[in-house]
Amino acid sequence: LNLKMNFTAEQEYPDLSQHSNHMAKVLTLEMYANLRDKQTSSGFTVDDVIQTGVDNPGHPFIMTVGCVAGDEETYEVFKDLLDPIIEDRHGGYKPTDKHKTDLNPDNLQGGDDLDPNYVLSSRVRTGRSIRGFCLPPHCSRGERRAIEGLSVEALGVLDGDLKGKYYALKDMTEEEQQQLIDDHFLFDKPVSPLLLASGMARDWPDGRGIWHNDNKTFLVWVNEEDHLRVISMQKGGNMKEVFNRFCTGLTKIEELFKEKGHEFMWNEHLGYVLTCPSNLGTGLRGGVHVKLPNLSKHEKFGEVLKRLRLQKRGTGGVDTAAVGGVFDISNADRLGFSEVELVQMVVDGVKLLIEMEKRLEAGQSINDLMPEQK
Amino acid sequence: MASSFARILSSKRKVGILSLVGAGSLTVGFFLNREQHVNAGAHVRRIYPASAEYPDLRKHNNCMASHLTPAVYAKLCDKTTPNGYTLDLAIQTGVDNPGHPFIKTVGMVAGDEESYEVFADIFNSVIKERHNGYDPCNMKHPTDLDSSKIRGGQFDVKYVLSSRVRTGRSIRGLSLPPACTRAERREVERVVIDALAGLKGDLAGKYYSLTLMNEQEQQQLIDDHFLFDKPVSPLLTCAGMARDWPDARGIWHNNEKTFLVWVNEEDHTRVISMEKGGNMKRVFERFCKGLQEVERLIQEKGWEFMWNEHLGYILTCPSNLGTGLRAGVHVTLPRLSKDPRFPKILDNLRLQKRGTGGVDTAAVGNTFDISNLDRLGQSEVQLVQTVIDGVNYLIECEKKLERGQDIKIPAPISQFK
Repeated sequence: LNLKMNFTAEQEYPDLSQHSNHMAKVLTLEMYANLRDKQTSSGFTVDDVIQTGVDNPGHPFIMTVGCVAGDEETYEVFKDLLDPIIEDRHGGYKPTDKHKTDLNPDNLQGGDDLDPNYVLSSRVRTGRSIRGFCLPPHCSRGERRAIEGLSVEALGVLDGDLKGKYYALKDMTEEEQQQLIDDHFLFDKPVSPLLLASGMARDWPDGRGIWHNDNKTFLVWVNEEDHLRVISMQKGGNMKEVFNRFCTGLTKIEELFKEKGHEFMWNEHLGYVLTCPSNLGTGLRGGVHVKLPNLSKHEKFGEVLKRLRLQKRGTGGVDTAAVGGVFDISNADRLGFSEVELVQMVVDGVKLLIEMEKRLEAGQSINDLMPEQK
Repeated sequence: MASSFARILSSKRKVGILSLVGAGSLTVGFFLNREQHVNAGAHVRRIYPASAEYPDLRKHNNCMASHLTPAVYAKLCDKTTPNGYTLDLAIQTGVDNPGHPFIKTVGMVAGDEESYEVFADIFNSVIKERHNGYDPCNMKHPTDLDSSKIRGGQFDVKYVLSSRVRTGRSIRGLSLPPACTRAERREVERVVIDALAGLKGDLAGKYYSLTLMNEQEQQQLIDDHFLFDKPVSPLLTCAGMARDWPDARGIWHNNEKTFLVWVNEEDHTRVISMEKGGNMKRVFERFCKGLQEVERLIQEKGWEFMWNEHLGYILTCPSNLGTGLRAGVHVTLPRLSKDPRFPKILDNLRLQKRGTGGVDTAAVGNTFDISNLDRLGQSEVQLVQTVIDGVNYLIECEKKLERGQDIKIPAPISQFK
């Protein structure tokens, strides 16, 4: 007896007439009718998947995804909805396509010589989910705490350059909190309605925390928007070193989880499985903070970035504005390219952007430097 | 394709007829036997023992946190209502909002009528604390909407600027705002506006759907101070009440703008009667007449309000059980409000003060919102009489202070009559 089926699909179908997000583009009444009596083994339903997209109509200029996964199975049970969204969001990635994972830092060419006069800092981030546990929109307190426990245990084994310490959000002292803020490591309870509407902030700050190595170059967020967000970063332009540490750290963490009988959510079609469909594949965003005061004012700036498969953000991260001509430049893609390929695009692309900036500084043209579409 | 809809009947007022609702509506499939204890619903997904799921409430100060021991949590955490509502869902708002040392919030909500029964072990303790000792297990709540019993109720307009009575009503058989599906919410809207369309005379009015209203209508509603917005308070959003906004939400008011109904905000309906000036008696008369008319109209279609003899009218928040009634005035008390005995006088009269912006606002220029403290355990007539008698006393105090005379703190009036 499922009382939630008392009404017809038509009566339950959301009003998406004012909406502009990927979910709204794809979810017809017919599709909703086919999906609404399904659920994953943990009880995640199509209404759960789309709630954030129903509650956040979106913006004509910025196309949000409008969907989240509650567990690994979501991407299978609701593939009719998620496959077209993934295809639209990830540049035509088909349901039959295979995703390549490559975390061998030796395959990256160059990247240790980005001009430090322009590149202020370098950073690579991704996420990982622990197989067998529900994702942040759906996990119970018990699951979230177990994820925290396993993660802290694994991270506690890291040594050498990666040796570090965990700070649980609910136990940290005032001094620890201030230090984490000063280091720009502390993450807050989400305020974005995109995240809140999907239930990711439930029970805050229970089970959440920040781990970082003593050198402050390798950072892990536990139970924020994903089970784990892994960040490698340092000042200056040595992206190769950042990526080395990123790969070494991730591989080590994965080994440690496997020793305890846990693995990361991964499959050969979607790569690493994360909460938001936009982060599938590598989940990787590799980028730099780079000074481009002249190039950023050039009419071809947008076109150059597009051809290089890069995106710009303000230095506060997503949805912020640039300050003082300094931009956050990173890869636009996540799925369908390997980690090495994406970081290579950033390294090569940023090199070119700096060259263009220098030309414009000298009052010269950049027309001959215009790249082909990658 | 025929669809079925379950409607739950009570024995109250012997409404036993299941009528076919008109063309385009749902046919009745079956109904649950209310005489039996409410059956638990589907098994809850739980991989961890209750002790691993029990929330960390050490920094919390709300009624739920005060009473939800690990033992109570363990007893209830695997139960669901027939609609699938769980304890974790009911307490989510209280877990997410630890509260404030000075202001003790309730910290839990009901997802449906059955929540109060399936999770009685926690709800009853919370109700008892919030409603000053009212015990749902062995006390009965009186309902009385006979406004002719009111004595007095016409205040001195030199002091009283406006008078208002509000309550809420829930449609039996449909889940409450924290848990309802889109279709259920739309059904609440349909049932309610269908009934409101039947109101006549000074109650005749019009419905403004939040999704469909035009700019002018919106501006007029704002100017009249009728428009409600998507909730921003985390107390409400964490309970899931703002889902699918603004779908199936709207405002109805009569042409004279003295009777107003909110649809699908924090409750299925919030009903408000108000006027400028001090004629509380007339405000309450319209209130009772409007409520009784709406009830009659929904019953004609086979629906009824959620009500039982222990908890009175069932609403989303336990703080609004019983009458769900807040009757109040905006009153200017420049001298009395500065007297150090003011809080004690209010206390003994069982009144509370708020700023003129409503709950959690400050008073502006000596004008206060004064209303009844209690909701449950006394009838509507009793509570409104309490406000009338109390406000009269406050005005007498103010007049005495004007004349340079001294005032007295009144003896505390008894709470449960």
